[in-house]
Amino acid sequence: MADFLALHLGLPLTWATLVAIILKILVITVPLLIAMAMMTYMERKVLAAIQLRQGPILVGPFGLLQPFADGLKLMTKETIIPAGANRAVFLVAPMITFILALVAWAVIPFGEGLVLSDINVGVLYLFAISSLGVYGIIMSGWASNSKYAFLGGLRSAAQMVSYEVSIGFVIITVLLCVGSLNLSDIVRAQTHLWFCIPLFPMFVVFFISALAETNRAPFDLPEGESELVGGFHTEYSAMTFALFFLGEYISMLLMSGMTSILFLGGWQPFPLLGFIPGPLNLIIKICLLMFVFIWVRGTLPRYRYDQLMRLGWKVFLPFSLVWVILTSGFLVYFDKLPH
Amino acid sequence: MAWLDRTARGLFMTELVKGFALTFSYMFKPRVTLNYPYERSPLSPRFRGEHALRRYPNGEERCIACKLCEAVCPALAITIEAEPREDGSRRTTRYDIDMTKCIYCGLCQEACPVDAIVEGPNLEFATETREELFYNKEKLLANGDRWEPLLAANIAADAPYR
Repeated sequence: MADFLALHLGLPLTWATLVAIILKILVITVPLLIAMAMMTYMERKVLAAIQLRQGPILVGPFGLLQPFADGLKLMTKETIIPAGANRAVFLVAPMITFILALVAWAVIPFGEGLVLSDINVGVLYLFAISSLGVYGIIMSGWASNSKYAFLGGLRSAAQMVSYEVSIGFVIITVLLCVGSLNLSDIVRAQTHLWFCIPLFPMFVVFFISALAETNRAPFDLPEGESELVGGFHTEYSAMTFALFFLGEYISMLLMSGMTSILFLGGWQPFPLLGFIPGPLNLIIKICLLMFVFIWVRGTLPRYRYDQLMRLGWKVFLPFSLVWVILTSGFLVYFDKLPH
Repeated sequence: MAWLDRTARGLFMTELVKGFALTFSYMFKPRVTLNYPYERSPLSPRFRGEHALRRYPNGEERCIACKLCEAVCPALAITIEAEPREDGSRRTTRYDIDMTKCIYCGLCQEACPVDAIVEGPNLEFATETREELFYNKEKLLANGDRWEPLLAANIAADAPYR
C-alpha cells in the first residue's frame, strides 16, 4: 500500500508509509466507532423489545440517528472536574480506557491476511491489553476522590483480575488445540470444526467471563447504580464520560470478536452459508454475540458481590483448570497434539 | 437424588435457559407503548381534569353563588364572593380556583346543584408560571364555552348512573 501511494501520489516513501499506516488505522477505527454507536442503538432497541417498549424512534428513521445525537450532546456539554480530584490522572484515565480498547483491534484478523499486524503472540497481546484496561478504571476511581468512584474502581479492578484468571485457562485450552498464539492460525485451525463444539463448556465459561471482564450485566457491580451511583465514572461528565462509554462498548465488541475468533471460527463461513465473504462472517458473529450480551442484560438480575467472587474463584477457576488438564491429557493420550 | 437433581440443574443451567427463552419470546410480542402526543388513551366521561364554569343554552351563567363548592372543597382552593345583580338574581362577582391547591377530587362538581362547576376532559393545561394557574371567573367561563359540547356529552353519559 505504501508503494502504491508513493507511485501514484508522488509522495516520498517515508511519508507514504506513514500515510498508509494512518489510512489502515482509520479503516479499522472509523467503522469500529460507528459500530459502537449502532451497538448502543441496538442495545436500547433490544432491551425495549424485551420490555415491550419501543426504544428510540424520533431521531432519524426508526431512531437510527439517536446515538449520534447523544454523542453530539456529550461533546457539547461541559467537562466538570471535581475540586478534590487529581486533575492529570482524572483526565488521563478515560483516555487510557479508550485507547486500550481501540489498540487491541490491531491484531484482530478480519479475514485471510486482513489484519493490521499479524504478530505471532496475538493472543498474548490481547490478554495483556485487556489486563491493562484495569488501570484506566482504577485510576479514574482513585483520581475522582469520591467514595462511590473509589469503591466502584476497586470492585471493578478486583472483578476484572479475578475473571482474567479463568479467561487465561480457557485461552490455554484453545492454544493446546491450535499450537500457535497467532490469531490467524487459531482461525485457520477451525476450518473443519469450530472450537465451540469440542470445547463447549470452555466456550460458555469464556463468554460468561467476558461478561464479567467488560463489567456487563449481570456482573455490572462496579456501576451498580443502586449502591454506587455510577461506580468509577460517577464524577465524569461530557467527553471524559463519553470516552469511558466508548471504551466500554468497544471492549465489549472486542470480547465478542475474541470469542468468535477463539471459538466460532473467526472469518470461517457458517455451515451451508459458504457464499458470505470472510470479513462479513466475523462481523455477523460479533453482532450475534453482541445480541447475546444485550439479551443477557435484559434477562438476568445483578449478582451480589460475594456471589460474583465465588463464581469466579470457586467455580470457573477449578472448572477451567480441570478442563485444561482433561484437554491436554486427551491430546497427549491420543497423540493429537499439534506440531 | 435430590442433590443430583439440583446439581444437574445447575450444571446444565436449565433455569437460565428457561429465562432466556422467556425474554426472547417477549421480543416478538406487540409493544404496549402509546406515543402520547400522537396517540391517546381513551378518557372516561367521569375524568376529572381542568375546571370549567358552564352556562345555560341562552348564555346565562349557571352558577348561583350558593358556595357549596367553596364549603366542600377539601383543599380550600375555591374563593367565591357574591352579591345580587341589577335584575335581582344572585350571582358571583368573584369565582377563583387556585389550581395549584386543587387536588382534583371532584367534590365541587358533586356539590353543585346546577351543574355549573365541572371538571372537564382537558388534562393539558400546564403553564410556564404559577400565576397562570390562579384561575378567575373569566378563565373558568371561557373554559366552559370552549369545552361545552364535551362537558354536556360527559354529563349525559354519566347521568344514568347517578
